[in-house]
Amino acid sequence: MTNQSVIDALAALADPTRRQIFEHIADRPRAVGELAGVLPVSRPAVSQHLKVLKEAGLVLDRADGTRRIYQLDPGGLAALRDYLDGFWNRSLAAFKQAAEQTPKEK
Amino acid sequence: MQATDTSVWTTVQVDVPIEQAFKVFTEGMGTWWNADHHIIEVPLKEMIFEPHVGGRIYDLGVDGSTCVWARVLAYEPSTRLVFSWDIGLDWKIETDLSKTSEVEVRFFEDGPASTRVELEHRNLDRHGDGWESMRAGVGSANGWPALATSFGGAFAA
Repeated sequence: MTNQSVIDALAALADPTRRQIFEHIADRPRAVGELAGVLPVSRPAVSQHLKVLKEAGLVLDRADGTRRIYQLDPGGLAALRDYLDGFWNRSLAAFKQAAEQTPKEK
Repeated sequence: MQATDTSVWTTVQVDVPIEQAFKVFTEGMGTWWNADHHIIEVPLKEMIFEPHVGGRIYDLGVDGSTCVWARVLAYEPSTRLVFSWDIGLDWKIETDLSKTSEVEVRFFEDGPASTRVELEHRNLDRHGDGWESMRAGVGSANGWPALATSFGGAFAA
């Protein structure tokens, strides 16, 4: 996962309504109508939020008859934690290089 | 220290005395911090590390503006450093301090010119609902074994 797609994922979750939708989906896979039923937003608004979450790599959808069922995208979520892990690994590697290049004192 | 579901952990060995490792990590942070990871909106002039408890870590822009993204919570030369991570899920400065995580860095003397540095970034769940729901997704009984397995693999080391 690239740096930019992680930023997209973080940005997608910055919206409170999207976080709510995301939490409901984290609970268990759900259909659009079901989400609109438990949240104070219209069905088109839910669809729009789902589109953003999907583009951010956080949820996946699949067809179930005439409905679309949304579930968490395990790859996207793992990537978010992997990101910080990778971030610190790269940072410490750069730190090692800088420290070993620093002229010794005294 | 070990990674948990709300932390990440990493370590590195450097071929310098412990005092030098600590100094480069703290006051010399600007010499190694990834240039792509500054969130200040103007070009960066330098990165400032204030070396005391209560000090700030911030980016100083060329126009004199600042972006304070961390607070020094523990400063124990040359063995231990803890700083806050005041960056929110939207990748902007988090002003609600109850929603910030923290980074602990410990330095161990392996020899006269060898230092082991351990870093833990913890309390990631404090960043808010996004992280909470991720943990819920991973931990739920009917949840995501594949995800749990990949987490375990990534952080077991």
